[in-house]
Parts: sequence; C-alpha cells; structure tokens
Amino acid sequence: MSNDDILLQVEDLTTSFRIDEQFYPANDHINLDVYENEIVAIVGESGCGKSAFGHSIMGMHHQEQTKISGKIHFKGADLLSYSNTQLNKVRGKEISMIFQDPLTALNPLMIVGKQIEEGMKYHTKLSKNKRKQKAIEILNEVKIPQPERVYSQYPHELSGGMRQRIVIAIAIACEPSLIIADEPTTALDVTIQARIIDLLKELKRRMKTSIILITHDLGVVSEMADRIAVMYAGEFVEIGEVKRFLKNPLHPYSKSLLYSLPSKNNQGEKLHVIKGVVPSLNHLQRQGCRFKPRMNGTDDSIHEETPTLREVEKGHWVRCTCYKHFQIENSHQVVEEEKDDVFQGQ
Amino acid sequence: MTFFKVNNLKVYYPIRGGIFRRVVNHVKAVDNINFELKRGETYALVGESGCGKTTTGRTVVGLTKATSGEVIFNNLDLTKCNRKQIHESRREIQMVFQDPYSSLNPKKTVYDIVAEPLRNFENLSKSEEREQVEYFMQKVGMSRDSLFKYPHQFSGGQRQRVGIARALTLKPKIIIADEPVSALDASVQAQVLNFMQDIQEEFGLTYLFISHDLGIVRHMCNRIGIMYKGKFVEEGTREDIYENPQHIYTRRLIASIPELDTDQHQNSELLRKNIEEEYQKENDKYFNEDGSVMDLKPVSDTHFAALR
Repeated sequence: MSNDDILLQVEDLTTSFRIDEQFYPANDHINLDVYENEIVAIVGESGCGKSAFGHSIMGMHHQEQTKISGKIHFKGADLLSYSNTQLNKVRGKEISMIFQDPLTALNPLMIVGKQIEEGMKYHTKLSKNKRKQKAIEILNEVKIPQPERVYSQYPHELSGGMRQRIVIAIAIACEPSLIIADEPTTALDVTIQARIIDLLKELKRRMKTSIILITHDLGVVSEMADRIAVMYAGEFVEIGEVKRFLKNPLHPYSKSLLYSLPSKNNQGEKLHVIKGVVPSLNHLQRQGCRFKPRMNGTDDSIHEETPTLREVEKGHWVRCTCYKHFQIENSHQVVEEEKDDVFQGQ
Repeated sequence: MTFFKVNNLKVYYPIRGGIFRRVVNHVKAVDNINFELKRGETYALVGESGCGKTTTGRTVVGLTKATSGEVIFNNLDLTKCNRKQIHESRREIQMVFQDPYSSLNPKKTVYDIVAEPLRNFENLSKSEEREQVEYFMQKVGMSRDSLFKYPHQFSGGQRQRVGIARALTLKPKIIIADEPVSALDASVQAQVLNFMQDIQEEFGLTYLFISHDLGIVRHMCNRIGIMYKGKFVEEGTREDIYENPQHIYTRRLIASIPELDTDQHQNSELLRKNIEEEYQKENDKYFNEDGSVMDLKPVSDTHFAALR
C-alpha cells in the first residue's frame, strides 16, 4: 500500500468531553490511516472511546460539550475545518454511517423507501421516479426479498435482520467511499449476524468502499476486517493486520481481550479475566502506560514513562515496552474485592 | 427419582379477532417440549430470538402460566399445585435475568435488593439478615462499602453479580439464567462466566442456561437443547451437538459462529453457503409441509434429532 491509496488520514486527533466545567479527552492524540478498499476494525471494551472516534469523523458531537483538535484529511481536505453546511455535503454522500440499533436508527413514521431516498434527495438531482427506482435497486442489493413491497412498509413491520439491512441500504444509497459501521451486528442473532457480515464483505468487494468497523467482538473482526486497531482509554495500543494480530497479539490488553473469549481450545477451563474496569474519563491516570493498573502486580520498570506507538514489524505497531514482559496466566484469578472501580456515574 | 423434568409443556397465547374478540387462533410460543435436568449439570436452551426459549424459562419459574403440560420438581407438578406449594418451590428455583440494567430496582439499595428474598421467605433478625447479605455479597466479590449504594453506581458486570447474589440468598437448587452475559463486554463476560462455574461447584447448583451464543454454550454446558419455533429440533450432549449435528437448523447455527482462525475463513464461508442452499432445497427432509418441526427421533442414547 502506498501513500496514494490513503483515503482518510487522522492526524493527532483529540476529542474532549465536558464533565463539570472541565474537558477530558476521550480520544487522545490519535493517528490512523484508512486505505482505499479496506476494512479497519476499531476494537475495545465499552468506554474506550471507539464510538467517540467514529462520531468525530462524522462531526456528530455536540459543539458546546466537546472540543476537537487535530486533523482529519479526507480526499485532500480537512474535515475539522469544515463548517456544518460544508459537512452536510460530505455526510451521507462521501461518508456514511451504519448504526448499532436498527430500531432506533430508523424513523418509525416513515416508510423505509422514503428513508433510503432521503440522502439521494439531498445530494443528487435525480427525479422522483428515478429515486424510487434506485431505492428498489438498493433494496435488491442488500438482498431484501420482494423489494417493491418492502419499499412501502414501515420499520415495525420488519424483523431485526431486515431492519439492519435497511440501515445498510440507507448508508450505501449515495455510494459513499467510506462507511463507519458502529457495532453493526451486536443487536442481531448469530445466523443473521453471519449474513450481515457476508453482505458487508460483498458490498465492499463490489463497490470498493472502505469500512471503519467499530466493534467489541473479535469474532466479527476476524471474519471481516483487513486491519485492526485496538483502543484502550482513548489511545490505540496496537495496530496491525488482522491475520498476524490474531496469531500473535502483542500488547497485554490485546492478549487479554483475545484470551477472555470462550473457544474450542479452552472448553470447560477458566477464562482469562482482566482485572478492574475501563476507568471513566475524569478518573483516568494519563501519565505513563494506561493499562498498567489493570495488569497484575507488574514492575514499574517494564513500562515506559511516556509510551508511544512503535513499529515492531512492518505494519504492526505497539504502544509501550511492557508487552515484552507480559504472559497470560492460565489459572484464573479469584474475583477480588473491587473498591476502586465503582462507577462514578457520568 | 427424577430431579427436575418438563413434560409436554405448551404455552399458547391467544390471538383474538372478530366483533366479539373471540379467540381465532393461537401463537404457539412453546409447543410440546420435554426435557430433564440432572442434578449439578448445566443444560442449555439455544435458539434465535422468538423461538420460545425465554418463555420456557419463565414458565419453569412460574412467571408465565403454562397452557398444558407438567413441570415436575420434587415429585410435585408446579403447574398444578396450590399457591403455598408454588411459594415454597420458588425458594428452590431462582432466576437471573438478561439485562442487569432493568432487572434491579433503581430506587432500592443493593442491600435491600439482595435481602428481599430473605425477607419474603425467612424470619430473620436484623443482624442475621445483615450477616447473610454480607456473606453472599462477599461470595460474588463485592465489597462491604457497596452495600448501601444504588444500582446506577455500578458497572454492568457488577450489577449482574448483584443479580446473581439475589438469586443465591435462598440457597436454591436450580438457577435459570436467561442470557446472563449477552448485555456485557467480552472481558466482563469472562468474569461472570468463571464466577458462575465457581458457585456451581460450591453450592451444587443446576443451571438452565438460556442463550443464543453457541460459543458460550460450548464453554459452559453439558447438555444442549436446540429450539426452533417453540419445538426442539435437536437435543444431546455437547459432543453430540458440536461434533455430530444432525438437523440442518443446528448445522446452520453452528456454521454462523464467527471463526477466530483466519485460515478457516474460506472454508467457513463456503460451508455457510452450502448449508444455506441445502436449507432452501431440502426443506421437506427436515420440516413438515406446513413448515413445522418434526418429532424427535433418537440418534444415539443421548442424542435426539427432529428428522423424518
């Protein structure tokens, strides 16, 4: 991959949210390149800042409650310098979003056909008939049976999997070059999840779209994505190719995530548990390695004082030196008393 | 003596229509199912949403009324016994709910939530009650200072542990766990699953584990029943189901588990496509003319499948 293929370049992005008159960064100096025609997965527990990242690209944050700095280069322009009117020309046309919960993402008072047409109405000069024709074509493309009939149905008449297909149809209506998919399969049954995964992969192959896939499910990542970026407490801790990553994850957080999954190999055994919880924004220790408090009794000397992302192999980046000394213990730790990680309510 | 048995259980919901709102038809949420729990095992009910697995669980605890059939526990049919007997049986069968955010009363402290079953069933003095609650809170790994906090002050995993502590206080024999981890992150999920295994050993619990996640079921459960449209399509031990699935529906479910090994992807995608084709083509081999599931036939001593 050369530099010419970069579609989206996020440079030093910091997104801070206001809590009690102070701003706390949810994304802290983030750098990420998204190439053309690839699927990048952003992975982490809830509260790590994955969704905040997706929303920053889309410019969806509340303007008074957030501060954003850095640069988001997209097709030769910086999205952060855009005004809302300029952004509206990009959103839905060049970059679109697939939301997690298909029931709340759709308008219950509008037939689904019209919802698919909304973007076209705003961004293109197609006539009413042409739009309807295209909407039905897209319904066909996301493999909805009897698209003419579904066109004039309301969301409540459709099943969960069908609704998610409609949300995808809305996202691809204007043939965007980048789709941000925020947990697209979390609310779905496994069989439907498998079909949505296959559908998204096929759309990517055919339309040459790039997808930023935000998820906490490493199984989905393994099935779909080309590259993975693991996020912890607002920073990327590891970036690499999915294939290599799953065989040999380096950062302690990535390893812990992978080993906490039940699989064929650890049937009946105890699963690995990461101690504690993701710290809330206003209680996060920002000095040094942010994952240190959740590692079991490690020496301070194995961590860097100011950890940075380093390329350890070609295309494989890891933060902090502590990965060299970390081993997953097979015996699971007894659930300890958790005094410190009581949620402080956001 | 059988420990716990469900015989020909049916739960129908009426569909009313016409001018007099007469019953015109039924939704057969659970349609004639049989299964047995052995002491100390973990039995899984698996299926997609709408297959009737949750309704089965709720009927077993008595939250939903059975249309017909028997739920036998301690030689007593729970669907037909009187109120007093039902009350007593609830001591022995407890439930852990799916969503830890909506199953804890937001206006009560954790102490009151965990103590409620004790207050309903046992006449304890204040200090005895406190002792019991503290004992179980410590068992689920929650500290003493969290006793008088409210549910919103906890994370999802901690809340789910409060839900489990509440189910444990009466020292039940059976716990019905309705998707206990599906609302949780993977790391927290591991914590709750480990913990459920620990207390199973310690208290000699029997679990009825309701889930749609076949990865977790493989990890946790000894025997598995697969449900589809209110009926069982296949039942067997973990090895029967995962190594030798007979019904097309079971194979389809297993094929849709996301594969972590990237080398297998080509295969799994192909497998899924083939199964999907077979599912469309050979429908009549697995389902009746009206699309319903056939009766279970024995494949081996432990393994049953709904085949023609």
